[in-house]
Amino acid sequence: MLGKQAFLRHSVFPQAGGMRSTRQNVVRRRGTGLASLWRYLLAGLGLAALLVGVLAAVYLTAPHSAQPVGPDISRTKKTDNGLYVASFVPERGVVRQGELESWVLTLKTKTGASVERAAIAISGGMPQHNHGLPTSPQATDYLGEGRYRIEGLKFTMSGLWQLRFAISSGAGSDTVLFNVVL
Amino acid sequence: MRRLFCFLALTVAVLLGGCGKPDFSDAEKKTIASLALNTLPALKPDTTNRFADVPAAAALGSTLFFDAGMSRDGTVSCSTCHKIDRQFQDDLPQAVGVGRTNRRTMPLAGVARDPWFFWDGRRDSLWAQALTPLENPLEQAGNRTAYAHYMKARFSERYERIFGPLPDFSGIPLNASPLGSNAEKAAWNAMSGAQRDAVNSVYANIGKAIAAFERSIEPAPTRFDRFALDLATGAEPKGDAAFSREEILGLKLFIGKANCVTCHNGPRFTDNGFHNTGVPPVADLPPDRGRVDAVAQVEADPFNCFGAYRDGEASACGELRFMVKDAPELVRAYKTPSLRGAATRPPYMHAGQFSSLDEVVAHYAKAAPSVEGTSEIHPLELSDRERAALVAFLKTLTE
Repeated sequence: MLGKQAFLRHSVFPQAGGMRSTRQNVVRRRGTGLASLWRYLLAGLGLAALLVGVLAAVYLTAPHSAQPVGPDISRTKKTDNGLYVASFVPERGVVRQGELESWVLTLKTKTGASVERAAIAISGGMPQHNHGLPTSPQATDYLGEGRYRIEGLKFTMSGLWQLRFAISSGAGSDTVLFNVVL
Repeated sequence: MRRLFCFLALTVAVLLGGCGKPDFSDAEKKTIASLALNTLPALKPDTTNRFADVPAAAALGSTLFFDAGMSRDGTVSCSTCHKIDRQFQDDLPQAVGVGRTNRRTMPLAGVARDPWFFWDGRRDSLWAQALTPLENPLEQAGNRTAYAHYMKARFSERYERIFGPLPDFSGIPLNASPLGSNAEKAAWNAMSGAQRDAVNSVYANIGKAIAAFERSIEPAPTRFDRFALDLATGAEPKGDAAFSREEILGLKLFIGKANCVTCHNGPRFTDNGFHNTGVPPVADLPPDRGRVDAVAQVEADPFNCFGAYRDGEASACGELRFMVKDAPELVRAYKTPSLRGAATRPPYMHAGQFSSLDEVVAHYAKAAPSVEGTSEIHPLELSDRERAALVAFLKTLTE
């Protein structure tokens, strides 16, 4: 709308001084091919400007949801062969970059029973940076109800981290991978 | 026609005017805020050193830090390389004490916040670090019993006021150390276990006093911090807090395309980790494999967190307990240095390999492979303008 007005106000007619004179000119020259051409051109430009304005408004106000699909960052998942359901959460609820942290790995069987006396090996790293974990986290305590304290985790950089658990108990051996994005 | 041109010119002017203001996305603003010095938390207590925040210990530590008597020939102190008017570093590619070492002196601002010390992290506390150059034959080149005798001779009153009575020195040799010359080693081995422990306790307290002093050395606010604060509060940056277009471009690259912030993160611009970034070795220096060779050294150190001279609980030893001991990426991995003040303290890298920030940026853009192990960095397409902008931004991290 603004664009159209602006184009009308600043008409390209050599004699045009403003809206009124534009209209007069158009009336005076009605019937000549040249006037019609200018009129259509002007209307076309106005509409184009309007379209650009609307598109800009839509683009600027729309939520930026068109991001590419990221890695699966769910905190609860089935292990790779479906032997266990594992969940992995920070013990204090929040992840803090650059500090030694404890997380809790909870292991249940398919039927929901707590997994006790599991042997847990932990590895991982940052796949985009060719390096493993900056620390060697370990399962240091069994907290009951299938919950194991994983101590010594440290996320030193922002980005995608992967933590792989190899789990072994009476129910069998399985692995699970958790993605953590900082 | 002239009005049309007028209108178009105005439109262009308005659009260009908009570009002059710093225009950061919300994600960029969040990253910039995370780098600002006002997000640096208060210094945590060091429970492994119960004298860490005792003023008399810091005062004694300060005396020892500047005392050239704390060396074999009475010419070298901590401050010989950690120069107080030069960000506590010495501007040399490799430090020179009694002899020439193979590593660049590290500056000390914020050092008490490090989990690991030296370029390769071969010590796990500030007080254990302070002890290491004292006995290094290329640095202060002293020996353990000589330092204990020196404390008694020079500082017994101050020492005992802080740490309690000095041990009985009768029968303790003047020169003995488990790390010294063959004669010094033999003398050390001839001492009783109780004597060795008594000397080690005095020696550990020397480190604890120096560490107490070093805790006071903290980073100062810079132009970048003033800019970041204004950006966060929405205030118009004034005076030197206003960034030029080049500095803004450099900042955007630093936190964006150039990936610098991946490792140089947080208010100290370091992740406190060890990385192989393909920095070339120096031809005439002994082989240097970085972190991979430091693991055994910190484990063997009697003054490490698991050792008998730690104060407080072993729960403070998480870094040592969960240390990565054996991984291919430890080969030629070195600590990420803080970038605060870096622009005014060339040369750069663990042995002063690069003499200017331009060379540093060129190295990271090229990302040449490591001579040993695997470099973590990837080549970057950076124009000359972008390289200059990165350097311009790094210069804003100085006072």
